[in-house]
Amino acid sequence: MDFSTFLLQLLNSVQYGLLLFMLAAGLTLIFGIMGVVNLAHGSFYMLGAYLAWWLTRSFGSLTLAIALGSVLAVAFGLLLERLLFRHFYHRDHLDQVLLTFGLIYVFEEARSIFWGDDVHGVSIPEALGASIPLTDNLSYPVYRLFMSGLCIVLAIGLYLLISKTRLGMKIRAGAFNHDMTEALGINIKRIHAIVFALGVGLATIAGMIAAPISSVYPNMGSQVLIMCFVVVVIGGIGSVRGALIAALLVGAVDTFGKVLLPQVAGMLVYILMAAVLLWKPEGLFKQ
Amino acid sequence: MSAAKSHLEVLPRSLQVLLVLGFIALAAFPFVGTDFYASMVARMMILAIFAMSLDLLQGVTGLVSLGHAAFFGIGGYMLSMVSSDSGAVSLWWTLPVALLASALFALVIGFFVVRTRGIYFIMVTMAFAQMLFYLVFDNKDLRVFGASLRLGGSDGMYINFKPDAGLFDLEDKKVFYFFTLACLVLVYAFLRRLLWSPFGRVLAGIRVNEHRMRALGYGTFGYKLAAFTLAGAVAGLAGYLWGAQTGFVNPELMGFHMSAHAIMMVILGGMGNFAGAIVGAFAFEYLLHLFKDLPDIGAFRAGKHWQLWMGLFIVLVVAFAPRGLLGVAERLLHRKGGGDA
Repeated sequence: MDFSTFLLQLLNSVQYGLLLFMLAAGLTLIFGIMGVVNLAHGSFYMLGAYLAWWLTRSFGSLTLAIALGSVLAVAFGLLLERLLFRHFYHRDHLDQVLLTFGLIYVFEEARSIFWGDDVHGVSIPEALGASIPLTDNLSYPVYRLFMSGLCIVLAIGLYLLISKTRLGMKIRAGAFNHDMTEALGINIKRIHAIVFALGVGLATIAGMIAAPISSVYPNMGSQVLIMCFVVVVIGGIGSVRGALIAALLVGAVDTFGKVLLPQVAGMLVYILMAAVLLWKPEGLFKQ
Repeated sequence: MSAAKSHLEVLPRSLQVLLVLGFIALAAFPFVGTDFYASMVARMMILAIFAMSLDLLQGVTGLVSLGHAAFFGIGGYMLSMVSSDSGAVSLWWTLPVALLASALFALVIGFFVVRTRGIYFIMVTMAFAQMLFYLVFDNKDLRVFGASLRLGGSDGMYINFKPDAGLFDLEDKKVFYFFTLACLVLVYAFLRRLLWSPFGRVLAGIRVNEHRMRALGYGTFGYKLAAFTLAGAVAGLAGYLWGAQTGFVNPELMGFHMSAHAIMMVILGGMGNFAGAIVGAFAFEYLLHLFKDLPDIGAFRAGKHWQLWMGLFIVLVVAFAPRGLLGVAERLLHRKGGGDA
């Protein structure tokens, strides 16, 4: 592997890792704070991608689609939390697994009814369509750099929100001791709704920005969900920092694996996970 | 996972009678039903075996595996790998090989997964099943130590001949049906017996309170690993029968949806007593058949969107009947006497 190829794969792996982080952060937050296992998390990623395609087609601009789509997705998340998830916080994990598995089916079919089963492409906005030269024989698409940049901005925003703001303090308190927090007069129901909407929002935005490079197709949700699980298990459930490191690790193993060991590439991340579990059964950064 | 749900470990007399009547109905079915429905019922019985194997983990031991289909798939794939295109292979060595292979995989995977608990267990079992799924999905042929293994990749593989049993002819649909029924009854009897053996009591104890079992001096890791291995072997039996019946295996057999369906079957029927798993498997498959056959409503093709109905149904069951059909039946049967089983 020469230097250019290496650099290209490295950039791709970071970009993929950051995208996984956006998804895994939501999953791990929702689990860590509300104790809810959400198998339907991947469906929000799919929803984002389809929204990006549908809104871009209607309004002609991906930027506008992302702005509008985020608002729609967060509203949808709040509604879903209110109508359904709220009633399952205190049920056991098995019930949550089944409920959200049922929801996967409902979302998949709703998608099929509204938007059909075809694979769609979303074009990259003109302003981000160029490539910039990195070495003599390598140029890298600006859009992928933009994706990574946006993910980093959102990751920093998430970090600041959770560790520096008053709301973040309440979120952390709620995760640490639910009843005590409530007894202190903090509206824990509202905190839960906000965290849920945050998770849904992150997953949807990930789907929207990924749409131009991964295309938009029916079972994209379940594929990405399983990767999220791997990331969350490696990082340690409930740990956002763990999710970031694990996502970058998984991104690197997956991307380089496809180049170096194509025959077993699909399995490599699972082997990584097995190795981590053998060493630390509760993930690298257990909360 | 709460202990309260496995409340039907001892089946009340009325349910036992229903169950025996059910087995008699199954034995009589090929003589009254059409071939189409007989093969559908055979498929339901195979899935019932699969669901019972998961119930050993989920209902008895309290380990919710979201990757149990891996072992179902291995059973089917073992049959397809040892089958030849030119003639039938003997049942008497291929079935043990399939059982052994799924048990071995379950032993190795179990070694990693049973040290985790709760939600980790759910995620990790799912990830391991996915690993096997991709191994098969991505490889048409796999070279292991110089030997080439036929896997068929994403297209799957055909099994042209049913295994040759010598004494009886499995190619005959009725004979295959009764062979499956015999397997179902044997597995049920074996698991019921196991449930009340000292081993089964330890597993039930682990579900209720693992810490206490360990404090009592039981090596719970070994017990859980043994349960996981045994459940894997029984799932392998179901997979083997599935491969023989349908004549086809594909990666979907090991997929995430298959595992989730098994969980659903166990929940739907009622956990921890194996009878529920059988009832759940039949009910689930029947519903699937029903939903897929729904007529069009105007331009809306209700049957094509069966997943929507299935999804809504699952959500409703979880919300309103978390103790399963057997729990509902028990409540109805005992309403008058107010009996507490």
